[in-house]
Amino acid sequence: MIPELGHFALILALVVAVIQGSLPMLGAARGHSGLMRMAEPAALLQLLLVLGAFLALTYAYVVSDFTVWNVVENSHSAKPLLYKISGVWGNHEGSMLLWVLILTVYGAAVALFGGNLPERLRARVLAVQAWIATGFLAFTLFTSNPFARVSPPPLDGNDLNPLLQDPGLAFHPPMLYLGYVGFSMAFAFAVAALIEGRVDAAWGRWVRPWTLLAWCFLTGGIALGSWWAYYELGWGGWWFWDPVENVSLMPWLLGTALLHSAVVVEKREALKAWTLLLAILAFGFSLLGTFIVRSGLLSSVHAFASDPTRGVFILALLGIAVGGSLTLFAIRAPKLKAQGLFAPVSREAGLLVNNLLLGTATATVFVGTLYPLLLEAMGGGKVSVGPPYFELTFAPLMLPLVLAMAAGPFLNWKRADLAGVLGRLKLAALAALAVGLGAWFLEDRGAVLACVAFGLAAWLLVGTLSELAERIQLFRAPLAECLRRAGRLPRAHYGMTLAHAGLAIAIFGITASSAWKQEVVTLLSPGETVSLAGYDYRFEGVERVQGPNYRSDTATFVVTRDGGHVATLNPEKRLYPVQNAPTTEAAIHTTGLADLYAVIGDPQNPEARDGAWTVRLYHEPLVPWMWAGALIMMLGGAVSLSDRRLRVGMPARRRKAAAAAVKA
Amino acid sequence: MSEEAPRAMKILIRVLFIVPLLIFAATLGYLYFGLSPDRDPRAVPSALLDKPVPDFELPPVPGLEAPGLATNDLKNGGPVLLNVFASWCVPCRAEHPVLTELTESESVPLYGIDYKDKAEDAVAWLEELGNPYAAIGHDLDGRAGIDWGITGVPETFVIDGEGTIRYRHAGPLTRQLVEEEILPVLEALR
Repeated sequence: MIPELGHFALILALVVAVIQGSLPMLGAARGHSGLMRMAEPAALLQLLLVLGAFLALTYAYVVSDFTVWNVVENSHSAKPLLYKISGVWGNHEGSMLLWVLILTVYGAAVALFGGNLPERLRARVLAVQAWIATGFLAFTLFTSNPFARVSPPPLDGNDLNPLLQDPGLAFHPPMLYLGYVGFSMAFAFAVAALIEGRVDAAWGRWVRPWTLLAWCFLTGGIALGSWWAYYELGWGGWWFWDPVENVSLMPWLLGTALLHSAVVVEKREALKAWTLLLAILAFGFSLLGTFIVRSGLLSSVHAFASDPTRGVFILALLGIAVGGSLTLFAIRAPKLKAQGLFAPVSREAGLLVNNLLLGTATATVFVGTLYPLLLEAMGGGKVSVGPPYFELTFAPLMLPLVLAMAAGPFLNWKRADLAGVLGRLKLAALAALAVGLGAWFLEDRGAVLACVAFGLAAWLLVGTLSELAERIQLFRAPLAECLRRAGRLPRAHYGMTLAHAGLAIAIFGITASSAWKQEVVTLLSPGETVSLAGYDYRFEGVERVQGPNYRSDTATFVVTRDGGHVATLNPEKRLYPVQNAPTTEAAIHTTGLADLYAVIGDPQNPEARDGAWTVRLYHEPLVPWMWAGALIMMLGGAVSLSDRRLRVGMPARRRKAAAAAVKA
Repeated sequence: MSEEAPRAMKILIRVLFIVPLLIFAATLGYLYFGLSPDRDPRAVPSALLDKPVPDFELPPVPGLEAPGLATNDLKNGGPVLLNVFASWCVPCRAEHPVLTELTESESVPLYGIDYKDKAEDAVAWLEELGNPYAAIGHDLDGRAGIDWGITGVPETFVIDGEGTIRYRHAGPLTRQLVEEEILPVLEALR
């Protein structure tokens, strides 16, 4: 009964979406206020219906209702509750439902918090949102119904892919989707603005918080996914330039560009058409990501079930959404009037450089990801583009980006004095030189590029912090004056400082773990010790442990340094009998400066489990800094979101709107 | 004249704004091609089919006990398999158990070319998954890959006793593919 209710709610949601997509749009064109106002209750109703459907599916998972095909395929009665719930989105149908749910959450948020938007713009934004919802609801209902029943019901389910039974991955898809789908807001605003034919400072100010929110979630989602790959796949790596990883990186790069160009629209009313294009493309790449993952077009570690009819359906959605909006862009955007003019050296120009570099970086990832398909279409055969390509093309683009990033915040709007800015970056240059050379002398292994990257990270960190110090006149004015200035500085500025500093810290981690990772692969018998990077790992042996839906060989390593106890590591090798799938569970101890990472392989002699085992130990320097950097970046986004300017004091577009706001 | 120049400029700007749409349309076309049911990722024509194996000589992977690989190793009187792999290649990981099974059940010698791969990565990879290869050539710079016409990893070749290439597959091997294509080719060569 409950699955049928969920199915029915989903059908109703589709009907509501069609209404929300058409009538308010008509109202906006005719100036009919009643039709326009229908958008808000419709958006809320849509959220309720989709939430109902989602809860119905979750219920089927929690009670292990094996008459529902989706539950049979992806769950098992012995699975822990957390993974029963995360199993809801650990499969194609359920994850599409989650996608739509998040879309309707954003729509409802506009309906609830968009009170200060002009009526017409709000109606159009909600209508565009509803178009997207219509497409994806239809996709879910017609090609991937999660509520399909099975008769006769089997005794138990097939269990979820054990690699996905992990706390990190339980929250990775929702985070990633919150980011992907969040760009639909910027997209809806862009399309609404193109239909209206106007983009102004107020528009930029409305688009920014939504983009920022999506960016925060996407940053978190990518970091979580990477963290999961790091400890669950047991290869000691955290990024593999896999197509599925790349398609999440591309919207992130474009979203970062969009965040910055929206500032230019807001402050200076320049770069309007470019910002619209970025908004369309950021969401377009999110859709492309959904398409590539869901159609199984490119081979990947993430082996999702693929189905050609689904692929054609999503491709059609992608074609309509992006093709339609780009057509609108080609017709309307040339008429937008740019107002703010700026000199080649100015804050605007700096942000434009940021945009161009991020755009080019996106293009290189795009080419690398789709090149195999492109070549095949030309009759060139199958290719696999590996990390060497990305390391050669992507990294060199990041160097100038980071170089410019420290200088950017020092630049004035309209016209800046480059010599003066460089003068104020002396401290950063000194720090970069010291750190780069220091790393070079300490690690005499000739990893010159890594030392350069270290220097750049120091340049960015010190440059960012000295910009903040200058704003509040630290060490120049009396302390009271500093505090007063610090209090008056907008939170968005602190957000920027945090995000830039977070990236610098992440770069330290990325560089160190790529260049100075140490590993040892060896056979160890119980009682034997192996040394790696100054730590001694004593192997105590392997025990058989029974888990709820798996059994595990759990090894014990006692790690000491100069005789002192550091940690006890328990890497596992698990076997999930239902899917007959093994997983490796790495054991990681972090010291803050490095991760001690242990994985076990197989016993040398399968019969003698108390004999020697293959073990792999990694010393991963500064990896924790990467996660810390990502967290700081997210925190920066959150701080910026809490800026007063974005919460209240939206600039009114018309006098009437301003008057209405005062009355309210 | 002063009227003409801005007009030309305007047209140019109009055209410029259509460019994103055109690029997108082309991409869409490629993506559609990717979905076409006629697309058979396995059907890769090879200029090397029924030609003798190219001359090459590759050193062993440092840190690995398996010997290196040269042209003469592949001409040993009976059919052999040659697999091109890399530790950074995800499909290679997927096909690895299939290759291992194949060498165990068919007792056919399997040789490997480790393509553009760091030695320590390859060693760790083989330590983890097991080494079914009788010999592995380390093709660090991809020079031998060019001679072999490798378009990407993984690729698998069947070579007869005289060193003539009889079959080539680009992309990961699956059990179904082994049953339907590799085994019949091996059977015919015995």
